[in-house]
Amino acid sequence: MAQPDYSQLKKTASQIRRDIVRMVHACQSGHPGGSLGCTEYFVALYFHIMKHNPAFNMNGKGEDLSFLSNGHISPVFYSTLARSGYFDVKELATFRKLDSRLQGHPATHEHLPGVRIASGSLGQGLSVAIGAAQTKKLNGDDRFVYVLMGDGEQQEGQIWEAAMYAPHNKVDNLIATIDYNGQQIDGPVDKILSLLDLKAKWEAFGWIVQEFNGNKIEDVIAGLEKAKTLAGKGKPVLNLMKTEMGFGVDYMMGSHKWHGVAPNDDELTKALAQLEETLGDY
Amino acid sequence: MTKYTFTEKKDTRSGFGAGLHELGKSNPNVVALCADLTGSLKMDAFKKDFPERFFQVGIAEANMMGLAAGMTIGGKIPFTGTFANFSTGRVYDQIRQSIAYSGKNVKICASHAGLTLGEDGATHQILEDIGMMKMLPGMTVIVPCDYAQTKAATLALGSHEGPAYLRFGRPSWPIFTTDRPFVIGKADKMIEGKDVTLFATGHLVWEAIEAEAILAQKGISVELINIHTIKPLDVEAILASVEKTGCAVTCEEHQINGGLGDSVAQVLSRFRPTPLEMIAVNDSFGESGTPTQLLKKYGLSAANIVAAAEKAIARK
Repeated sequence: MAQPDYSQLKKTASQIRRDIVRMVHACQSGHPGGSLGCTEYFVALYFHIMKHNPAFNMNGKGEDLSFLSNGHISPVFYSTLARSGYFDVKELATFRKLDSRLQGHPATHEHLPGVRIASGSLGQGLSVAIGAAQTKKLNGDDRFVYVLMGDGEQQEGQIWEAAMYAPHNKVDNLIATIDYNGQQIDGPVDKILSLLDLKAKWEAFGWIVQEFNGNKIEDVIAGLEKAKTLAGKGKPVLNLMKTEMGFGVDYMMGSHKWHGVAPNDDELTKALAQLEETLGDY
Repeated sequence: MTKYTFTEKKDTRSGFGAGLHELGKSNPNVVALCADLTGSLKMDAFKKDFPERFFQVGIAEANMMGLAAGMTIGGKIPFTGTFANFSTGRVYDQIRQSIAYSGKNVKICASHAGLTLGEDGATHQILEDIGMMKMLPGMTVIVPCDYAQTKAATLALGSHEGPAYLRFGRPSWPIFTTDRPFVIGKADKMIEGKDVTLFATGHLVWEAIEAEAILAQKGISVELINIHTIKPLDVEAILASVEKTGCAVTCEEHQINGGLGDSVAQVLSRFRPTPLEMIAVNDSFGESGTPTQLLKKYGLSAANIVAAAEKAIARK
């Protein structure tokens, strides 16, 4: 694989962050915090790591697949899809509005290219990704399946059903990532329902676990490249990706307050002043 | 006059197992998932002959539904197997979001539905599943009546596109539809008559056949329509029949709320108001007992259907 062009990837990340803030501001709803925190992950996947085709085909044979389980961070997903060519960036202006393909949470119902499963009700994406990974194996397709989950989402029981299943069945073409920002709607995760030693838990379930910083593009790419080398050895791979909710907009950082709140006009101006327009606003 | 008899009894779940095994042979994209009930769902033959396409998921039904949804991505046709209670109520949100709303080609196959499950009691005797599943947009809901029809329905689902729920059961039951055609969404008029229509589904189709014999002796001409597909409902067949008979009885092993009776009542009240009686469980949980005892105690036996038919006729 070609060397990553970090300068270009950082420009893309900056533009996607502008898109996120502008989308959420325009409809005065949505989830900016987690979206901003996961921007480097999406940029790394869609602009460097994955083999994928924006001329979207649901079955994605011969392609790497990516699933988003914590569907509320749809702004970063939609902006990434648009900026990587799945649909016109102008459509980002329709986010959460009537008759849009960009539903509040990702859906296949309106046939938005790039979305393969609805998500939003938490805890379901890992199971779906495992199923897709097993179909890849049945089809003799050696590409990877990626899935992103939230850390608050780890409180859902279905996650642990899936966590048990994948190692037992040697689903080793699967690279799961947890957005480990330590925040959920009602407050810090450790105050709401503690996850305790998440790394030890996933390891005890039989996964290969690695940790990396999710807000530095160099670290995310290195982490995902490493994950690919850990895969294919009989076990699924889990990345504990440490991020900061709201990363890139100073007043949104490090707090659960901006999980699901839209900025007002002044706050938008303040946020955009911190995020360079690099690829042209939609 | 068409008369139905039987020479053999078998459980409907065995019809599912036989159909699934045939699909395994004819369609390499068919895969099967089971939540620790392989023997109960009669999936052993598929498992034995197609081990690479059989997925044992353990006692983890929510994960099973998600896996099935994911397996469709890449072209597989997953058939999930567990008891009806664990196929619906336990995993409703997974079905709603990952399968129905996502439009995935998953076949949810559910055994041990209804009171005729018998001795296991109310924890397992789900009587709400038809309602839950028919409410989901785009979900096809099929309730076959015997071994032969369950096998035919399973085979038909192999070439049907979209999410579907197939409901069958545990007890040994008369086989009487071996020579009947089966088309998803097309009701089967099993007996022609003119005084009253019985719309029956699942195991109660046989009870309706027995009721017809009793009513015939009383000089009442019964039309019996087997509504094996609850959704999409064969509205045309329903309206054509009541046009002739002027009254009807629905017969099902389900709550009175949310089942076939509700669906037929909706059609009749909107398009042709007609006296309608409903044979169903009257807003109650079940209990342990034999299938025959339970059908009698909860008012779902042939004798109850006879009384309901006479009542419907009297209301004309």
